[in-house]
Amino acid sequence: MLKLVLARTTAMVALLMFTPLVHAQTVSRQQAGAVENQKPAAAPRHDISGIWDPGNNGIQPLGPRAMPDDGKPEHQLPYTPLGLEALNTHKPSNGVRSVLPGETNDPVVYCDPQGIPREDLYELRTTQILQTPLNVIVLYEFGKIWRAVWTDGRDLPKDPEPRWFGYSVGKWEDDYTFVVQTSGMDERTWVDRAGRPHSAELRVEEKFHRVDHDTLELTVTIDDPKMYTKPWVALDKLHFKLQPPNFDVREMICSPTEFAEYNKIIGNPASGKGAQ
Amino acid sequence: MRNKLTTIFLGLLLVSVPLFAHHGAAAYDTDKKTTMKVTVSEWFWANPHCFLKFDVKDDKGNVVHWALESSNPADMVNLGWSKETFKPGDQVTVTFMPVKNGNPVGRIQNVVLANGQTLSARVVF
Repeated sequence: MLKLVLARTTAMVALLMFTPLVHAQTVSRQQAGAVENQKPAAAPRHDISGIWDPGNNGIQPLGPRAMPDDGKPEHQLPYTPLGLEALNTHKPSNGVRSVLPGETNDPVVYCDPQGIPREDLYELRTTQILQTPLNVIVLYEFGKIWRAVWTDGRDLPKDPEPRWFGYSVGKWEDDYTFVVQTSGMDERTWVDRAGRPHSAELRVEEKFHRVDHDTLELTVTIDDPKMYTKPWVALDKLHFKLQPPNFDVREMICSPTEFAEYNKIIGNPASGKGAQ
Repeated sequence: MRNKLTTIFLGLLLVSVPLFAHHGAAAYDTDKKTTMKVTVSEWFWANPHCFLKFDVKDDKGNVVHWALESSNPADMVNLGWSKETFKPGDQVTVTFMPVKNGNPVGRIQNVVLANGQTLSARVVF
């Protein structure tokens, strides 16, 4: 009984995340088949493929959903002295440590790639996953970027040339859980929107769990002994709902020219850097 | 029954929403809401934020060029907005948070269109 109530509640909340606050017509969201009193089909084995929508839960404006930078003591991270020093060089344009729009040094605001793990931890939107015999390809809406997770048994490279999105290998922990390990990430990226830092020693673990036919959950753990005294969970079972295979994923692309226009009209005047 | 549940859940969602949108509120006077009846000059549907431009005459009769931002197109579409929501010349009533420094810039909270329809610009997280 409790399970049914919980399932209905989850379905209702998921439904409402797509509902505008006023009675305007929603033009974009295509609902997947499940309605509140229909039990979803069982999870297929070894299959996380599909077009997956986290609703607005993936936007994560204050930092990762399980560890936002909101000033609460339970969300204070176990920084090393180096970690705290690095954090203080990052000037985010949102959250409790926010600076004015014209003062931020958030690389993503200037259209640098998000990289891993930030692609999971900020503006995570409709995500498509494809499985090939040798790898799993993840296609992200924000930045319209993709990454490959190798499933051919290779190890992570030792001493690799850094990449924005690092190097990823993955395997099935059980029939419904795909676990990804990533290393070799470029130090220029921030972990999240709040400006949490990472070093070249960062290891990211992502667990994709196929709960049932229509539901995927993502858990992300950050492990960087140079910046944090212990690993911490950034996303804890973030819920994705399966979309129909003909779903058209929007473009969300950071355009430097659009950003320059925004700064001219809004960002600089808002920061007192001169009126229009 | 479903409508009642909808109202309750919407209420809960509204309560749990952080005050500022995901592009920061440091510049804005978040306690202050200003409402103006304006004639649209331009509507930009673009990342990182959409923005609405209009001109207003001040007390001395000088034209002041205003610009109000909203969230990005992906968010706005989910709230019922589109690149067609405004045309130059549309007469609308807009409610917004002004910037603290007094420049003619702000962030839209909601708009009442010429046809009477109200659109909220507040993204629900």
